[in-house]
Amino acid sequence: MTAIRVEGLRKRFGQVQALDGLTFTVQQGAVFGFLGPNGAGKTTTIRILTGLARPSGGRAWVLGMDVSTARREIARRIGYLPEEPVFYPWMTARELLDHVGRMFGLPGRERRARVNELLDQVGLSQVGGRRIGAFSRGMRQRLGIAQALINRPALLFLDEPMSALDPAGRREVLELLDRLRADCSILMSTHVLSDVERVCDTVGIIARGRMVIEAPREELLARYAAPAFEIEGEPGNEGALAAWAEGLRNARWAMHVAVVGTAVRVVASDVAAAKRELLPSAVAAGLTLARYEIARPSLEDVFLQLVGAGEVA
Amino acid sequence: MSIFLVMLRKELLAQWRSYRLLVVVVVLLIFGLTSPLVARLTPELLKLLPEGETIAGLVPPPTTADAVAQYVKNVSQFGVILALLMTVGAVAQEKERGTAALTLVKPVPRLAFLGAKFAALGLTFAIGIAVAGLAAYYYTWILFDALDAWRWAALNGLMLLFVLVYVALTLFCSAASRSQVLAGGLAIGWAILLSALGAIPALREHLPGQLLSWAAELAVGGSEAAWSALAVSCGLVVAAFVGAWGIFARQELW
Repeated sequence: MTAIRVEGLRKRFGQVQALDGLTFTVQQGAVFGFLGPNGAGKTTTIRILTGLARPSGGRAWVLGMDVSTARREIARRIGYLPEEPVFYPWMTARELLDHVGRMFGLPGRERRARVNELLDQVGLSQVGGRRIGAFSRGMRQRLGIAQALINRPALLFLDEPMSALDPAGRREVLELLDRLRADCSILMSTHVLSDVERVCDTVGIIARGRMVIEAPREELLARYAAPAFEIEGEPGNEGALAAWAEGLRNARWAMHVAVVGTAVRVVASDVAAAKRELLPSAVAAGLTLARYEIARPSLEDVFLQLVGAGEVA
Repeated sequence: MSIFLVMLRKELLAQWRSYRLLVVVVVLLIFGLTSPLVARLTPELLKLLPEGETIAGLVPPPTTADAVAQYVKNVSQFGVILALLMTVGAVAQEKERGTAALTLVKPVPRLAFLGAKFAALGLTFAIGIAVAGLAAYYYTWILFDALDAWRWAALNGLMLLFVLVYVALTLFCSAASRSQVLAGGLAIGWAILLSALGAIPALREHLPGQLLSWAAELAVGGSEAAWSALAVSCGLVVAAFVGAWGIFARQELW
């Protein structure tokens, strides 16, 4: 059985076609990275799959159940973290989790144990008795993850779960997701591609309401990512480096050129040509190089290649 | 525990923590205490005005009926104001902030979500009117005569139903609107409409406002019942709640 099956999903808001025949599948046990630029339709898809919104067309099944007819049955078996989780500010974190546990009908002893376990897992045990109104956004994000897990869901929807977390918090949550993969399927929408590379085994890239590509992560990297060349200049040469990078954008073999500090990352469509021309070009521009290497392709390269090119599968 | 009771528990906790229950009880208690007192002291207060002795001489001595009328007028007026203020954000604010979505993505039927809100508001006003009623009963007894306890209870029951009409109508507006401001505007519109319809003599005796006249007469021994107003009020409460549910059940949450 698949965890999620979406067929030709459409959603229109007035003149805006938010989803335009979206089709994809998430296998059970998968951690599915749902990627796309702002406004691509990620949140709309999640809202429809969780029963908060209705599609204008197409069909979707969650854990084998039709989202348009089995909302409550689905709700019992999923967990959901919205992009910006908002809770009742007058409740304490412990009270909120207890309340959510009651919604799922957890018996008293089991509920109390689960609340303690989750507070501990998300690092909020010390502030469990504090009112949520005094929480930082990162703390609310952690609490949001905890409330999504209270019913031990078979499928977890996470909309930008790392957006408000500091680096340590991100690492903890990524480790938590890594542990959860044994018990549940996860659909995670995010902009942070390095997080996807770290925990997701399958990736779907959405643009303009349609699935651009959906594939296992490694297959995607092997299939789409051209090697990336990284050239780092000596500090003090940033101006010349930027001007050189600008000129590279016109090279027929350069698919994508990005400048990050004193380094330039070039994704090449013709690797042989890039190997032949890149270094002489840098020397001709008078750059003093500190580093030159052919890097492993990243998901970011694939993402920029597919979404930037507007390719639609 | 049924899901309705889970939601009701949360709503009552919210009323308590946000001091809304306290505000309703204190405001209505103040009017419960002061209404018989004001009725009793009106002639004395009039004497303090210039030419007050003459005016006071024209005013008949205060009676129990005056105390009851004062109580019914004050508590019903402020009850309606509180009903609008307390209910306007009940659903609209949760939709605006996103807490409704976070709740309703769980196995919580929208009927339970809405029903718990109405029940909690109803309980809050029931407690507020009960406390105000006890205070007014005691002061009326001290300052005038003892009232029949059952009739007094019936008076307060009718006032509670009158306030619940406005709670239900405002809840309807709150469920139908995306923002509290719009919900507030719609609720005030309903209140003005009911008030305007009450000015038409042929309709007045069938509208919720007639409950107050019935209540005031009932407490001092009158026996003219306003059954049609009672039926219309109950009908409005049910229709507003069912309408709110019908609209809310179809809404998408963001």
